[in-house]
Amino acid sequence: MSVATPPKGTGPLQKREARLAWSLLLPTITIVSLVVILPLLSIFWISFKPISLADLRPPAPILRESLRGSGDDMRIEYRLRNSSQDVEITDVTIRDIFPDSLVVTGALPAGCALSGAALNCDLGTLEPGYNQRLRIPVALAEGFDEDNAEEAAEGSEPRVTGSGDSILTNSEFTLSNFQRVFDGDEFWSVMWATVFYTVFGTVGALVMGLFAALLLNKSFRGQGILRGLYLFPYVAPVIAVAFTWVNLFDPFSGSANALLLQMGVTSEAINFFGQRPLALIMVTVFEIWRYFPLSFLFILARMQSIDSDMYEAADMDGASPFQKFWYLSLPMLLGILSVLFLLRFIWTFNKFDDIFLLTGGNAGTRTLTVNVYEQAFAISNIGAGAAVAVVIFGCLLLFSFFFFRFISREEGL
Amino acid sequence: MSFLRFGFVTGPLIGALWLLTLSTTVAITFSFATGDPFRPSFWLSLGIGAVAGLVAVGPLARLQKLGAIVAVIFALTMIGAGPMVAEAGSAVRILAAAVLAGVTGWTTLVIMDDTPLHRLTRHEMEAAWIRFLTGFGYIFFTAIVLIPFYVMVMTSLKSQSALLQNPLDFSLDLDKGWGLFRSYKELFQDFKFGRYMWTSFYVSVLTVFITLAFSIPGAYAVARLRFSGQKAFSRSILLIYMVPMIVLALPIYIAFSMTGLRNTVIGIILIYPVTTIPVALYMLQGYFRGLPAEVEDAGLMDGLNRLQVIWKITLPLALPALASVSLYVFMIAWNEFLLAFMLLDDPSKFTLTRGVSMLNSSEIPREHLMAGAVIATLPVLVLFLGLEKFMTKGLTAGSVKG
Repeated sequence: MSVATPPKGTGPLQKREARLAWSLLLPTITIVSLVVILPLLSIFWISFKPISLADLRPPAPILRESLRGSGDDMRIEYRLRNSSQDVEITDVTIRDIFPDSLVVTGALPAGCALSGAALNCDLGTLEPGYNQRLRIPVALAEGFDEDNAEEAAEGSEPRVTGSGDSILTNSEFTLSNFQRVFDGDEFWSVMWATVFYTVFGTVGALVMGLFAALLLNKSFRGQGILRGLYLFPYVAPVIAVAFTWVNLFDPFSGSANALLLQMGVTSEAINFFGQRPLALIMVTVFEIWRYFPLSFLFILARMQSIDSDMYEAADMDGASPFQKFWYLSLPMLLGILSVLFLLRFIWTFNKFDDIFLLTGGNAGTRTLTVNVYEQAFAISNIGAGAAVAVVIFGCLLLFSFFFFRFISREEGL
Repeated sequence: MSFLRFGFVTGPLIGALWLLTLSTTVAITFSFATGDPFRPSFWLSLGIGAVAGLVAVGPLARLQKLGAIVAVIFALTMIGAGPMVAEAGSAVRILAAAVLAGVTGWTTLVIMDDTPLHRLTRHEMEAAWIRFLTGFGYIFFTAIVLIPFYVMVMTSLKSQSALLQNPLDFSLDLDKGWGLFRSYKELFQDFKFGRYMWTSFYVSVLTVFITLAFSIPGAYAVARLRFSGQKAFSRSILLIYMVPMIVLALPIYIAFSMTGLRNTVIGIILIYPVTTIPVALYMLQGYFRGLPAEVEDAGLMDGLNRLQVIWKITLPLALPALASVSLYVFMIAWNEFLLAFMLLDDPSKFTLTRGVSMLNSSEIPREHLMAGAVIATLPVLVLFLGLEKFMTKGLTAGSVKG
């Protein structure tokens, strides 16, 4: 009699399920790796390259053809130029077809050969900054006038080829980008702005969200309206609210300054977004204002799922409102608060457009993310921008390590 | 803090702080509404508020208290020694004083409800303070949310020179009629905002569809099917969701420049879904996990295969989640600014947010910029308010990127 044993290993059903899962995931994996993983890898690559915005276009030979002179002294001129000032171009060739109206009379430049009406030139290597004219003496063929000839000569586009060594793909590496990023006081002021913005922005948004959630955690008429209203800052496009804030706090014509002057709080207009350290505080306040709705929403959802029995029991025992909040609500909310803290911390750290629109990174508000843009586009040093991005990514890996250690213990999210 | 446990301490304290809050609020409201200078008087507010608080916990009958507080504050404000100083026409002054006096009388009594003059129990003391903080909270949050939006709308309706003269005067010249909307008209006529809106709209809608097409199968596989690497997978979704856009934008900019996709709407449509797919995956997998697996098992038993189960059972059940994910993705795509700003230079291909950022120049009057902001904000706000229930559910179902 055979003994029944539980099956070992993976059965055919299980294999089929795994296969289906992978095939469902395949499109997503492909597209995400194409647009997330690949750029991330390329960021690492670029950060070691001495590359600026102008290098994005690879060096290429540039050719212009013209017919010069008249009568007996006529020539076709090819003006050949290397687009780059510091990279050479190899294997340069020119192909052109002469029109019937012109006859080659003199010697061809070195490297060129004529077969029938077709001109083939192999010019080899162009030095960096190469800029020369190749002249081919020609004469009018019988029965053509000069205007026609010029049109015909310049009408047939010469084809030029050549391979330049693009800085993106060659094997030249440098550490100067990182040197530049870590160099001097600038790095520390950027780090300080980032830490200040991230820590206070996150904590502020959480505290405000908690306060707002406490306000709305009871049912009364208009509760729905207020809840919708309090979500406005989060839902509206950042560009709209950021420009509104800039207008509101404008030193010359802003309503906030006018209000403060009128109330006698200040005697002269304050340049909110233009002076240290106020600008940094203001962008942090903006961050809090814009993202308190998100924490508010999550905290409120959690509050409403707390069992009311507990509070009734506390009432029976004579707990006061503050005691109930401190000893009952807060411990129940600790999970969602810590998860929100970690998530918001990372996203605040990542935030770019808010500061960029409010101050453009001036007046001591340049955070790491704004620095990426500043280096790459304002100073046109893409390599340095990529190096900052690598620093950001390093910080992020550190955060996510903490995140996953922590989140595995927390529910939900 | 034991001294707070006396009605004659807590009452004046709360009364003083509350009147300061109210006089500031009323002053700001009337300044913004009329343009006339109103300002709260700090010390008088505190002083008169303290007296009002004391009266409110005092032994008088309720109506007598109300009458006393309202009458005193109204009279003092009118003679210029009240909690709020107003330099305005008499009608406006009477109105402002009446509003301040009435609201103060009524709310102070509500806050001091059942608060005796002498010893307070801990409950009575805390209840009074909580009522004060609640009132303060409602005013505070409503003000900080409303003021920027109010300023945005009103600035778009006024001319820049009028605002330079008095930045607080948001009153509208209603005689102009439709002329009030001049800046909107110019935006649509001269700045091609109609076209930007259309571009934004179809880009957002396409983004929603592409995102759903990729994320529904992916989220289902992660949530339901067992395969090795499932856990690592759901974690890496979260990880990807944490990569900052600016880090990706740099290589994307380089790649798009080299392939000629920069400055094309196609490029934008290619790149937007990638920013939203991780969000959608995350929200949807949370929702799919919450659906009862038994229903799907029943479908499998009855001879459907997995794909049929997804199509005929899971998706119809997940319809609310799909709606909220779609809305959320639409909102992200509509509000997206960074990529549009970096990748689009040609004004004929702008999305709405990119178009608004173009208006931020010293040559273009500010009311145009604000009108652009209103045009960009209005559709998402309307959509959001109309479908708020979906949104809030969807936002809290999966955690959400900001």
